Amino acid sequence: MSRETVTGAPTPADTAAADASPSGPAAASGPGTGAAPAAPATTAWELDQLPALALRVREHIVRMATAGGCFIGASLSCADLLVHLYTRVLRLSPATLDDPGRDYLFLSKGHDVPALYGTLAELGYIPRERLANHLKTTDSIYWHPNRAVPGVEFHSGSLGHLLSVGIGVALDIRLRGGANRVWVVLGDGELDEGSVWEACLVANALGLDNLTAIVDRNEFQANVRTEELVPLEPIPAKFEAFGWSCRTADGHSFAALEEALGPLRAAPYAPGRPSVVVARTVRGKGLPSIEARADRWFANFTAEEIAGLLAELHGGASRELTSEGLVVR
Amino acid sequence: MSAQPPVPIAPMAPAGAGWAGTGGPPPATWEAALLALAAVRPELVVMTAENRAAIRNLPPVLGPRFVDVGICEQTMIGAAAGLALRGRTPVVHALATFLVMRAFEFIRTDVGIANLPVTLVGAVPGFLSDGNGPTHQAIEDVALMCGIPHMTVICPADEEELVAALPAILDRRAPCYVRHNAMRPAVTHTAPFEIGRAELLAPGAEGGVTLLTYGFLLRQVEEARQMLEQCGVPAALLNMRTLKPIDEAAVLAAARHSRLLVAVEDHLQTGGLYSIVAEVLVRHGVLCGLQSISLGESWFKPALLPEVLAHEGFTGPAIAGKVLNRIGDLGVRSVLDETLVDNPGGIPRPAGWRL
Repeated sequence: MSRETVTGAPTPADTAAADASPSGPAAASGPGTGAAPAAPATTAWELDQLPALALRVREHIVRMATAGGCFIGASLSCADLLVHLYTRVLRLSPATLDDPGRDYLFLSKGHDVPALYGTLAELGYIPRERLANHLKTTDSIYWHPNRAVPGVEFHSGSLGHLLSVGIGVALDIRLRGGANRVWVVLGDGELDEGSVWEACLVANALGLDNLTAIVDRNEFQANVRTEELVPLEPIPAKFEAFGWSCRTADGHSFAALEEALGPLRAAPYAPGRPSVVVARTVRGKGLPSIEARADRWFANFTAEEIAGLLAELHGGASRELTSEGLVVR
Repeated sequence: MSAQPPVPIAPMAPAGAGWAGTGGPPPATWEAALLALAAVRPELVVMTAENRAAIRNLPPVLGPRFVDVGICEQTMIGAAAGLALRGRTPVVHALATFLVMRAFEFIRTDVGIANLPVTLVGAVPGFLSDGNGPTHQAIEDVALMCGIPHMTVICPADEEELVAALPAILDRRAPCYVRHNAMRPAVTHTAPFEIGRAELLAPGAEGGVTLLTYGFLLRQVEEARQMLEQCGVPAALLNMRTLKPIDEAAVLAAARHSRLLVAVEDHLQTGGLYSIVAEVLVRHGVLCGLQSISLGESWFKPALLPEVLAHEGFTGPAIAGKVLNRIGDLGVRSVLDETLVDNPGGIPRPAGWRL
């Protein structure tokens, strides 16, 4: 399927999902009264189409890094991850946003929301033009996610919250016998928060095997490398010790992401256990002048610098950036 | 619980007579003030939960006396309490929301109950979180911190006041919350900083209004004050500086002098300056009209700061307009000679109600 037929119009998958939807929300029929038919996965995108899609998402991210700026580094690290999840993994489409049988994705590391805004815009959840409203009081496109943006399941920005919110949603899905799944994207710096590990204990205690966490392992938190501040490794062993099943993947290889995430569409890695994918990524991926720069987490560039960065995304030479990074956010 | 005497370690510089014993002039920035005081006060340690914007140059100078615990606000507060038990005076930095709310119970229990000398510095409080959204909006921080017994709450109008407050805070050796604000001064300060004392920046006139505010909004409120004066409404201005302990004498003098007090704050209505002033008036049996210009019961619309101020009605003209509406004078003529303060329900006013 070409992107032209995907964006701005329901896909065949969307139509099928709409047909499969129950007449009303599952919630209306009360807890434990049977499974809602699951919305089918959005698998109409071929793997070889994803790099071009991810490039367009990155263009959106870069365009948001001016006139106030955005968290560009963290957004670029998870762009491929979100593109893969929304095109190949989630049983979700613009037509099934209110379908209780849909999959849920919670963006717990909310500061990377430009990558989500870009993905939602490219996949027809919101008009692309809406991204121009970034930081305007006339819209709700700002530095952290909120539910005024279709496709955003919950607000975030305070780290370490959405794994526990995801537990609640996954628990209800299980109580209803639903086949849909819950996906929570965590930052690696976010793993500092004790609440993440409380949630890991509880998810294991509840045996929530319809819950998957994906860690955007870009090795940085705001100002410094994670391993230089509060060492996190070995992350897989930590999750395993908490009762989760873990795999790691190159977070910028769609083939590797397919291998790690693909099986989870149908079943957890291990019955009765929550799953986690540690996606190894590069902060600022796609822009050599941003990549792995500790001071380019949040950036507010000039229009001229943005033009240079857009050219760099397409293989142009790196240009010198003089706008000061803002690490306060 | 009493804290141990400071663990003896060598100061980085000999104490001098100048600014707060550092031997130098008052520093221009918060970071420079911390450095200067750390040099002569070996007990001072600086901590952060990975919010380094205001203190990014300190790690190489302070070495092990700079402690970044990562994104672990609760652990940071517990550790600060432990350091304080051993005689240190930790100055702790994090975004105001996560500092006062995520770690609230640790602040109340570990720092508050033990009454330990921990200084909590909340970054981007109130409107200063501009485009971040409600997760980052500390607009109940004053209420929460005032709710801890013996907690001092300081809200500097600019970086000059922030710097001036630091030695006084450290000398108290008690829990303190500071709303960090590194803005350039909007006014020329007329009084040296003193904990618990407000600064009267404009005297107004008998029977006029008194504007009370704190933090960076001093700029907008001063602009509103000038507009009110131009409209013929005498307006005094109190820069509160400290919200706990509140300067009761200043509030009561304003109430006796004015027909209307106006509390302007980037905070929810409940538990902020409006509530504090109302308590003072009731406690002393002084009646005066009191208007709240606050966020009421809402989070604010995220955007860059100037747009936020315009959208939420906190520009100078917007504040002046709200005051004029309140005193029922959309022209100028009748301000001083009519019954002006709202009297909903026509409740008979008690004797001594001055208008």
